[in-house]
Amino acid sequence: MATARPLPTTSLQLPDPLPLDSGQVLDGVTIAYETYGALAPDCRNAILVPHALTGDQHLASPHPITGKPGWWVRMVGPGKPIDTDRFFVICANVIGSCMGSSGPAATHADGRPFAMRFPVITIRDMVRANVALLDVLGIDRLHAVVGGSMGGMQALSLAANFPDRADRVLAIATTARHSAQNIAFHEVGRQAIMADPDWQGGNYYGTGRSPDKGLSVARMAAHITYLSEAGLTGKFGRRFQERPDGTAGGRSFGFDADFQVESYLRYQGLAFTDRFDANSYLYITRAMDYFDLAEEHGGRLADAFAGTPARFCVVSFDTDWLYPTSESRSLVQALNAAAAPVSFVELSAPHGHDSFLLDVPALDRVVKGFLE
Amino acid sequence: MTLRPDLAVIARHVAPRTRVLDVGCGEGELMAELQASRQVDARGLEIDPVAVERCVARGLSAVQGNADRDLADYPDKAFDYAILSQTLQIARRPDLLLDELLRIGTSTFVSFPNFAHWRNRLALLWRGRMPVTRHLPVTWYETENIHHLTVRDFDELLLQLQVTTERRWFFANDREIAPAGANWRAEYAVYLLRR
Repeated sequence: MATARPLPTTSLQLPDPLPLDSGQVLDGVTIAYETYGALAPDCRNAILVPHALTGDQHLASPHPITGKPGWWVRMVGPGKPIDTDRFFVICANVIGSCMGSSGPAATHADGRPFAMRFPVITIRDMVRANVALLDVLGIDRLHAVVGGSMGGMQALSLAANFPDRADRVLAIATTARHSAQNIAFHEVGRQAIMADPDWQGGNYYGTGRSPDKGLSVARMAAHITYLSEAGLTGKFGRRFQERPDGTAGGRSFGFDADFQVESYLRYQGLAFTDRFDANSYLYITRAMDYFDLAEEHGGRLADAFAGTPARFCVVSFDTDWLYPTSESRSLVQALNAAAAPVSFVELSAPHGHDSFLLDVPALDRVVKGFLE
Repeated sequence: MTLRPDLAVIARHVAPRTRVLDVGCGEGELMAELQASRQVDARGLEIDPVAVERCVARGLSAVQGNADRDLADYPDKAFDYAILSQTLQIARRPDLLLDELLRIGTSTFVSFPNFAHWRNRLALLWRGRMPVTRHLPVTWYETENIHHLTVRDFDELLLQLQVTTERRWFFANDREIAPAGANWRAEYAVYLLRR
């Protein structure tokens, strides 16, 4: 299989201080990013792909810690729907994250990590940082911004706040605001982290202890929301986990991971702690919970898109209960009310919210067609 | 690709560089034609997700939705033309749907199969069976058509709704025919309406 050959992750320092929604200003912001393909001489073939909550800039290159392929390698590469033979594709680590861009684990001017002194950020702040990166790269106008989940929120926020920066906006499995249920699940995750004694008020860097237990529970809870009930049932059902000695599993009448689904979730939780910083998880989930695009624009979502000449495409999945089709429909209603050219399709896929990352050939066709 | 005759008539009579909403746009044949030949800004509404996916894959703007429910989201006179081709007879309330189309579009094209065509009349009169013809090819229990109508029925509805008919076209054997005796002779009709 052909894969895009990226430059290794590059990072740069933004030339100007970054103003934040909180009113604070972040100086000396570092942005870690990867690019794929070549920028055309007229700079009009650039596609920005903002990443999701636990994603990173390794869009189509192996993850440096896990060694796994990039998170959207099936979508991005030569000849793929986001074709790196034609497009210059940019993926930058969001601020607040932990893969090289400025975040709570970064070093403060006083030489110690920011930890909880890092300012609380919003989706719009992430977008401001991405736009500042585009300025440095000399890209005035994107051919498209394409994002799933939190990446979709950034795509929408970019269209609303920087209406002249993207010709096309593709928002997949996403929402224009976090619902009470979305916030509730995130709060469970944050409380799990902060209840872990190893969290130490966020100042765990360099102590030899980190809130892995809490972070892992947060990931387990969140992971359930990314899957569909039918998907979980199909994959695990009520099947028992084989014992470590290779004998058939069953009820242990104890609290080991008797069921395969328990074992799977524990593994997902644990593996996550190898690659993600607990404080970053707090900051990014907070940013998502604060996200309400209508509120930012006087309470009427249509007004958020009043000024943009961009074409929109909204895609939802029928088994996604985290950001269900009804959320996409409200978004499409608002876009119609704003007379924006919009396409919308609910695709059928069994994998729940995670469908946007997985093998859904219809999504490939939609992405490819929309980017033409 | 040749367009269905009713769509071809519509395509020929949409003014260039206008805004069009094609309700029940299918895979976007009419929208593609309008965009290519008349630089029209065309949007579609279609209930079938596979058809919508095809529209998007060919670079057209289409929204998956239900004409009986989702037209309410569009502002008044948002389009120069609203188009409803061969869909009126499957609407839950054709009268309300027509109202919505006339609200959204400055002008509205509607095409529908004429249930009073002589072949249909014969099927009922002589055989005592619900007609299955080239233009109504599906048996009564499988058909999506829940509101069969005739040219006269439609004229009567337009009168009731106080809608102005700007122009009408009638078709039999995929050719345009004269309006005389259309309620007998036409297999289907295209109306250009305005309120």
